[in-house]
Amino acid sequence: MRFPSLEQHLEQQPQPGKIQLRDDPSFAATKMAAFQYIAVGVFLFLVTGFWELQIKSPEIYNERAERNRIKSLPIVAPRGKILDRDGRVIVGNHSTWSLILSRENLRQEHLHEIADGLHLDYDDLIRKVGRYRNRPRYEPIIIKEELTPADLAFVEAHRDPETFPEMELIESQRRLYPDNGILAHVIGYTGEISESELDIPEFARYNQGQIIGKTGIEKEYNNTLMGIDGERQSVVDNRGKEREVLGIKEAKPGRNIQLSIDLDLQVVAELTLEGRRGAVVAINPQNGEILAMASRPSFDPNKFAVRIKGKDWQELTSDPGKPLVDRAIQAQWAPGSTFKPLVALAGLESSSVDNETAFQCGGGATFFGHYYKCWGTHGTVSLHKGIVQSCDAYFYNVGNKTGIDNIAYYATQAGLGQKSGVDLPDEASGIVPSPEWKLRNYRQKWFAGETISVAIGQGALTVTPIQLARAIGGIAMGGVWHTPHLLMSATKTEKPHQWALNPENVKNIVDGMYGVVNEAGGTGVRAKIPGLDVCGKTGSAQTASNEYAKTHKDVRDNAWFVEYAPCHNPEIVVAVLWESAEHGMLSAPIARDVMAAWFDKKQRLAEDESARQKLNPATSLVSALLPTLKDAAPTAAPPPEGFH
Amino acid sequence: MFQFAGIKDFDWTMFFVSMIICGLGVLQIFSATHDTVWQGSWWKQLIYIAAGILLMWIVANIDYHSLMTQVYLLYISSIVLLAAVLFIGKRAFGSTRWIALPAGIHLQVSEFAKIAIVLLVARFLTELRTDVLELRDLLKLAAVILLPMALIAKEPDLGTALTYLPILAVGIFLAGMPWRYWLAIAAVALLVVPVGFASLQAYQKARIVSFLDPERDPQGTGYQLIQSKIAVGAGGTWGKGVTKGSQTQLRFLPVPHTDFIFSAFAEEHGFIGVMLVLILYFVLLMQIVQNAQTAPDRAGMYICMGVGALLLFHILVNVGMVVGRMPVTGIPLPLMSYGGSSIWSTFLMLGLVNSVRVRRFVN
Repeated sequence: MRFPSLEQHLEQQPQPGKIQLRDDPSFAATKMAAFQYIAVGVFLFLVTGFWELQIKSPEIYNERAERNRIKSLPIVAPRGKILDRDGRVIVGNHSTWSLILSRENLRQEHLHEIADGLHLDYDDLIRKVGRYRNRPRYEPIIIKEELTPADLAFVEAHRDPETFPEMELIESQRRLYPDNGILAHVIGYTGEISESELDIPEFARYNQGQIIGKTGIEKEYNNTLMGIDGERQSVVDNRGKEREVLGIKEAKPGRNIQLSIDLDLQVVAELTLEGRRGAVVAINPQNGEILAMASRPSFDPNKFAVRIKGKDWQELTSDPGKPLVDRAIQAQWAPGSTFKPLVALAGLESSSVDNETAFQCGGGATFFGHYYKCWGTHGTVSLHKGIVQSCDAYFYNVGNKTGIDNIAYYATQAGLGQKSGVDLPDEASGIVPSPEWKLRNYRQKWFAGETISVAIGQGALTVTPIQLARAIGGIAMGGVWHTPHLLMSATKTEKPHQWALNPENVKNIVDGMYGVVNEAGGTGVRAKIPGLDVCGKTGSAQTASNEYAKTHKDVRDNAWFVEYAPCHNPEIVVAVLWESAEHGMLSAPIARDVMAAWFDKKQRLAEDESARQKLNPATSLVSALLPTLKDAAPTAAPPPEGFH
Repeated sequence: MFQFAGIKDFDWTMFFVSMIICGLGVLQIFSATHDTVWQGSWWKQLIYIAAGILLMWIVANIDYHSLMTQVYLLYISSIVLLAAVLFIGKRAFGSTRWIALPAGIHLQVSEFAKIAIVLLVARFLTELRTDVLELRDLLKLAAVILLPMALIAKEPDLGTALTYLPILAVGIFLAGMPWRYWLAIAAVALLVVPVGFASLQAYQKARIVSFLDPERDPQGTGYQLIQSKIAVGAGGTWGKGVTKGSQTQLRFLPVPHTDFIFSAFAEEHGFIGVMLVLILYFVLLMQIVQNAQTAPDRAGMYICMGVGALLLFHILVNVGMVVGRMPVTGIPLPLMSYGGSSIWSTFLMLGLVNSVRVRRFVN
């Protein structure tokens, strides 16, 4: 390095106003070289940056670039339809628009205005978005379904890139349930899978935001009904605008299911219960098919089809009529006198009594120093009269002779005290009390007096309407108890519980139940249908002890009625529960209307069929050649009276 | 003062290298804007470049000594214009950097004021009569540079303001400064940085914070950095091809024809293309340094080195930002980024370097 000497500086003193510019720059040669090295360093620093991104791990960035540009929108698979036994649609779908938020360009500060515009609850929306925090960003959030025209207008006006580009519309299918709460409890409803459900292994295959069955058939057969969602992949720009469609994976719709429910019968059952609290269950005892199953008061599942509003939910859960309870499978009440055929069966089968065994009814009877009242004074009563007139005193004696163990044993064989196994979630099991049951549950000894109460269907005994229908139907079938089911195709695979009963005993009980409906003095004559042999049994069941009833309101008896027809080899058994209706005979007309509807429809179909056959020469020929066919055709019942 | 220098003496290596860089820039501008509202940008850029070459040629033929005699005038008019920007300037993208001229031209004054600073530093240091820089001189020099920097930072355009520092740094480095001054500067810097950070605008703080951790707010302040890295990485070795880079074409990459042009280039041309351009820039810088080494006097050397330091800083900050190694600042990549001000100021500076070069045999 050569620095200019002090002498040089002094020699070249600048003149005022003139600049001294000439000077040798080589003094800084080393520093300029240093600058070159610095430049090399800077470039190496930059090159390593590119090396790291482009050579070492381009895949990561490639994938992220792909994720940027490729967006998947779900194509929601429509749920399967639910059909009745004739193939009529009970639950269908209809197309609606849903709004989804794309989380890739979601701005938290937009949520308030979006919530306002769509009339959503802001806090709910924030919570919902928060739930997705740990999910991949490209997964969109469905925030509102079933958009109204006003909602659609809002979305269309605000989804431009400058306002709320995160809003996107997708078409989806919405559940359409019958009006007036018809079949609401059986069908159930759908809803978005909840946080807690996602933690359960059986829901592991579902994703956040999916709509699943929450109750009823929708829940029971969710896997069948639910389809597989499709996907639409497209190239989008930074504003989320679609530039090109890459591919569409079509949604696989859910499968339809057919129920054994007969919609005509169901509507009749619902109408007869209208304005009442209770349930109707109609089963074919020959195969367990549930033909009708109604529970009232009911609710409107359409309110759940999208997302139930907090206010509606409040109303439903706080309603004293408990509309969400499916009384057909969940109402557990004392069966009252409808239990008497089972007590008779226990007495006969255990040979504790026979058909002729008679007891005196003087308006009651005394057991263990305690007087038990009968509802009337029946004189000398044997089995037939005991059932027909529902004599309590007779059954106190039968129960006393038969013993609680036998009663409990036969009741259990008939399916009481356990779930019927119907293909619906949350079925109640009822209680068949016994000394063993009492010891296990209450650590108390059985009192002999309790047997007397159980003998007339009171005490701790409780049943559900479906259990009662199944139990009575099974006895009428001579000891074949089919598992009631709603799924039509389950008929083929269903195996009944069989237990050989003495046909003589069955016949005696059936005769008694025939008398209930058809003989003078029978408690269920209101269920009589001319031309049809109907067997039945009434039950007026206390819901509280007499002491309690004196001081409390609305402890009126529940009215039960169970009937089946024809009396031999029955094809339908109907159980009716009408809560707080005071007397079982009042339930009889409800059962009668349902039954009449069944046979009326059957007759109508038969007439149509024969009319059709007459028009068809080929079948006429067959009929002519085989005249016996005609004779074998079921005799048509006359049109029912009082049916509306 | 104006004299035609020999065609032969002109730095043709530098010229061709800068032409190739400009050409690749135009190609990238075309690719990044061909289906957008800026689709005419590439031929506008061609016009800017042509005008820039003309400016370079004119400046190359002006004796830099005569420019240096006018340096106070240049400096004062720069300050006046920078102050004027704050009052009558055109506001865009949240800052006021441009002065509107007739014919729809918007000039970014801070780009041109650099040239005055390069000349001022050169003259100041040339006139020093001591072997090493005295503290008094250092403070004087710092003061005259901090004034325009403060005005630019006020626009606000901290990135461009910071580009003035390398001119000062390389000047005092070459002039020679005692180590204790460097230490003192370092100490002051250490004290100033936290205070300075506290006084930054919210968006500037966010940029620095997001540079350190871009994934903290990937949709907000970290967005540009993340998208740029994705674009670069997705380019891989060979690139996706012109008009084929999805980050660029679908506009995930912000401003792919101006500040982030190199990111777009890296996506479409890959590591190979990046290496080519970086080598060209390196050659350009080395030519400038060579011209400094062969300069006829201190003044010429200071001018060339000032220009070299400025360009190196621009490349470091802009390209470093593209690969996520520098915070996001709005400073362009010389010769490639779209924009007349940047192109013209770069060519003017290259003209100064040539002005020095063609006079290297005067003595």
